[in-house]
Amino acid sequence: MSALYLLIGFSLAIALVFLWAFFWAVKNDQYDDTHTPAMRILLDEDAPPLRDSTKELST
Amino acid sequence: MTQHSAEESASSRPLTAPPAETFSYDNRIVRDFAVATIVFGIVGFLVGLIVALKLVMPDFLNFIPQLSYGRLRPLHTNAVIFAFAGNAIFVGIYYSLQRLCKTRLFSDTLSRIHFWGWQLVIVLAVISLPLGFTTSKEYAELEWPIDVLITIVWVIFGANMLGTIYRRRVRHMYVAIWFYLATFITVAVLHVVNSFEVPVSLFKSYSFYAGVQDALVQWWYAHNAVAFFLTTPFLGIMYYFIPKAANRPIFSYRLSIIHFWALVFIYIWAGPHHLLYTALPGWVQSLGTVFSIMLIAPSWGGMVNGLFTLRGAWDTVRESPVLKFLVVGVTAYGMATFEGPMMSLKNYNAISHYTDIVIAHVHLGALAWNGGLTFAMLYFIIPRIYRTELYSTKLANFHFWVATLGILFYVLPMYWGGFVQSLMWKEFTEEGLLRYPNFLETVTQLVPMYALRAVGGGLFIIGAVAAVYNLYQTGRQGSLLADEADQAPPLVDSRYSPTKSEGVHRSLERLPTVFAVLTLIAILIGGIVEYLPTALVESNVPTIAAVKPYKPLELAGRDLYIREGCNNCHSQMIRPFRSEVERYGDYSKAGEFVYDHPFLWGSKRTGPDLHRIGGKYPDSWHYLHMQDPLATSPGSIMPSYPWMITDHLDYSDIGAKIEAMQTLGVPYEEGYAARARSDLEEQARQIAAGLNKDGLTVTADAEIVALIAYLQRLGTDIRTDAEYTKAFDRMMTKADQGTEFGNYWPLTEAADLAAGQAIFASPRNLCYTCHRLDLGGQVGPDLTDGNWLHGCDMGSIMSNIKRGFQHKGMLPYGSGKPLAVEELHQVASYILSKAGSNPASPKEPDLSRASPCDPQL
Repeated sequence: MSALYLLIGFSLAIALVFLWAFFWAVKNDQYDDTHTPAMRILLDEDAPPLRDSTKELST
Repeated sequence: MTQHSAEESASSRPLTAPPAETFSYDNRIVRDFAVATIVFGIVGFLVGLIVALKLVMPDFLNFIPQLSYGRLRPLHTNAVIFAFAGNAIFVGIYYSLQRLCKTRLFSDTLSRIHFWGWQLVIVLAVISLPLGFTTSKEYAELEWPIDVLITIVWVIFGANMLGTIYRRRVRHMYVAIWFYLATFITVAVLHVVNSFEVPVSLFKSYSFYAGVQDALVQWWYAHNAVAFFLTTPFLGIMYYFIPKAANRPIFSYRLSIIHFWALVFIYIWAGPHHLLYTALPGWVQSLGTVFSIMLIAPSWGGMVNGLFTLRGAWDTVRESPVLKFLVVGVTAYGMATFEGPMMSLKNYNAISHYTDIVIAHVHLGALAWNGGLTFAMLYFIIPRIYRTELYSTKLANFHFWVATLGILFYVLPMYWGGFVQSLMWKEFTEEGLLRYPNFLETVTQLVPMYALRAVGGGLFIIGAVAAVYNLYQTGRQGSLLADEADQAPPLVDSRYSPTKSEGVHRSLERLPTVFAVLTLIAILIGGIVEYLPTALVESNVPTIAAVKPYKPLELAGRDLYIREGCNNCHSQMIRPFRSEVERYGDYSKAGEFVYDHPFLWGSKRTGPDLHRIGGKYPDSWHYLHMQDPLATSPGSIMPSYPWMITDHLDYSDIGAKIEAMQTLGVPYEEGYAARARSDLEEQARQIAAGLNKDGLTVTADAEIVALIAYLQRLGTDIRTDAEYTKAFDRMMTKADQGTEFGNYWPLTEAADLAAGQAIFASPRNLCYTCHRLDLGGQVGPDLTDGNWLHGCDMGSIMSNIKRGFQHKGMLPYGSGKPLAVEELHQVASYILSKAGSNPASPKEPDLSRASPCDPQL
C-alpha cells in the first residue's frame, strides 16, 4: 500500500501549500475588510455602455 | 527628519495617490475560448448522444472499430470535461481575472500559446481515443505524449494567471481568484502523479502503479479532478458572475472565505469513496467516507452563499436567462453535493455503485452545474464584449426550459433504472437462488430507460444549438471590442517605505512567489521520479504465491481489452456480497492484481463483472459471443466485434512490453523478452486449434485468440479450473443429484416430447445456443452420445437443469422465470428421447470427467 503513503504525502503537500497561502492571506490584510471587496466588484464599469451602434448606423 | 517625512507621506497617501493608469483588457482571448467552448461542447454532447443511442441499438454506427461504444465513451467524457468545461473555465477566468485585478492578462503571447495548446490537446484526443490509444484510466485516458503536452499547457496557463495576479492594481484578491489558484495548483499535482507511466512505444504505455495502488491513485485523481476541475473554477465563476448578473454583493463575503478554505482542505481526502467494498484496505475506505460526509458543510455553504445573494431580488431571475441558468446550476450543485456524500456511505454505495445511479449523479453535476454556469456566463459575456444586447432573450429562455426538461428526462430514468437493476442483482428466491441469475434479464429491463435518457440528452442538445444560434447572432449584430480600455491607480504597497524604489520591491515581492510555485511543481515531479521506483517496485511482492504474471498472449489480449475500452462496461472487482459471490464467483482479493498495470476494475456494470470469467465458458462461446452477442445472448446490448476475428494481432512489440513490465517490477525471468514471441505463438496455436475443432474459422494470429487467452486467464490464479470443477462435481453428486426428483420417469407421449422440444428450442431458455438444436453440442456437451457428467437418470437431469452450472456458464432454469416441474420433466424426457440420434459433427466428450451412462438402467 505504499501508493497510499505517497498520496498522503502529496495530499499533505497540497494542504500545506493552502495553509501557507492562508497565512499569507491573513498576514497581508486580505481579510481585514470583508465588506468592501464584495461591493467593489460591482462598482467596476466593466461593461461598455450598451449601445446598438451598428444597427443605428446601418439604418 | 527624513524618516518623519516618510511616515507622514505614507499616512497621507490618499491625498498623494498616484494618477490613474490607463490599460486595456484582452477580450479577444475570452472570445476565442468562448467559441472553443461552444464548438467542442456541441461535439461532446453529440458524441454523448451517440453512445446513449448505442445502448438502445448496439450496432448503431458500429461498422468500423473506431466508432464502437468502448472507444467513443471516453471521447465523450474527455470532450465534455476537458474541451467543454475546460474551455469554459478559461473563458471565466480570463474574463473575470483581468477585471478583478484591474490589469491586462500577463502576456498576450502566453494567452495565445495557452489557447492553441489546449485546442491541440483536444484535437489529439479526438483523433487518438477512437484509434484505441488509451491508458484505460477514467478521465486520464490520453496516452503519455498528450499527457506531457497537457502538463506544458497547464504550466503556461498557470504562469499567465500568476503573472496577471502579480501585476494587479487591486491589493485584495477577491474570493474568485482564490478558487482559480486552487484549481491551478491542485490539477497540476493530480495530473502529474496519476499520469506516471512507462512508455512502450509512442502510442502505448503502462501505468507505473499496479492493481490496488493504481486504483487508489486513479480515484484520488479522478475524484479531485471533479473537485478541482469541475468544482473550484466554477465556484470562482459563481462568485463573480452571480453578483455581477444580479448587481448585488455576494450574500456573505465572510462565508465565502470559510467556504473556500474548508473546501480545499477537505476535498483532497475523499477519493477512496470510489472504492468502497473493493480490495482496498477498510480503514482507507472509512477515511474517504468520513471526509466525504464532512464535505457537505462547505459545499452547502457555497450553495447557500450563491442563492442567498438573490435575497430580495428574486424578481430579477424572472427577467434574466443568465440568472435562471445560475440559479438552477447552483441548486443542482447543492443536490449533487448532498448526493455525493450519501453515495459515500457504505450502505447506499452497496446499491448505487456500478449502476446508472452514478451516471445520473454525474450528469446532474455536468449538465446542470457545469453546463448551467457555462451558458449563463456566455450569455453574460458575449453581449458585453460585443457591445450589444443579447440577440434574443426569448430564445435564451427557450434554451433554459428545454435544457432543464432535458436534464430531468436524463436523470430520472437513470435513477429509476439504477435502482431497478441493483435490486434485481441482489434479489434471492425463497430457495436461496438468485431470482435473476441471468445478468441479461437485468439489462433488458433498462433498455426503455436508456431510450428515455437519449431523449433527455437530445433535448439538452436542442437547447445548446439554440444557444449557438443566439450567441452567433449576438456577435453579428455587435462588434468585438478586442481591447477594452479601463483606468485604475497603480498599486502602492503600504507595507514598505515609499523612499525605496517602487520597481525594486514590486519585483522582489513578485519573483519569490513565482519561484516558490514553480519550484513546488519541479519538486513534485522530481520527487515522483526519485521516490516511486524505490518505494513502489519493491513492494510489488505478490501476497498470493499462486498469482503469476500474464503470459505474453494474455498480455497482448489484455491490451486489446484496453484498446476496445471493455472496462467502460465491465468491472473486474467482485465485492464481498452474497449476491455477487453467487453470481460471479469468489470475491476479488487485493493480491490478485499485483501485476495489473493498469488496474481494470471499472466503475460501471453495463455488462456483468468479468473477474472470474476465466474457465466459465469454453473458448468457442467467447468466439461466438464476440462475433455476434445476440447469437449467445438474445437481447444483449453489447456491440459485436467482428474485426477482432478477421484482424491480425500485431505482436511485434511483445518483447518491449515484457521489458516495460520488468521495469515495473513484474517478475518475468531475465531475458524472457526474447522468448516471449515463441511462447505467444505456441499458446495462440493451441487456442486456435481448439476453436477449429469446434468448427469455427480462425487463424492463430487473429486478435480474438489473444482476447480469449486473456479472458480465460481472468481470476483463475487462485484456483485451478480442474480442482474447482472437481469440487463442484462432488458437491453436486452429494447434495443435489437425484434427490428432489427421485420418482420421475421419462415421458413417452408424443405431445410431451413435442412440448419438451419447444422448451429446448425456445428463445427464452436458449438450451440450443450451447447444445445445438440437434443436441450435438457446441459450447455445452453433446447430449446424445451416452456420456454424462452429472448422471443420466431422470431425477439428475431435471435437478441439473433446475440448478444449472453457473461456474460453467449454464444458468439455473429453476430461477429467474423458472421452468415448472412439469416443464422440467418434459424437456428432460425430450433430451433422453434423443439418445443415440447421431447428430452430424458432434462435440467430443470430455472423457476425463464424463462417463458412459445408460438411462434405461
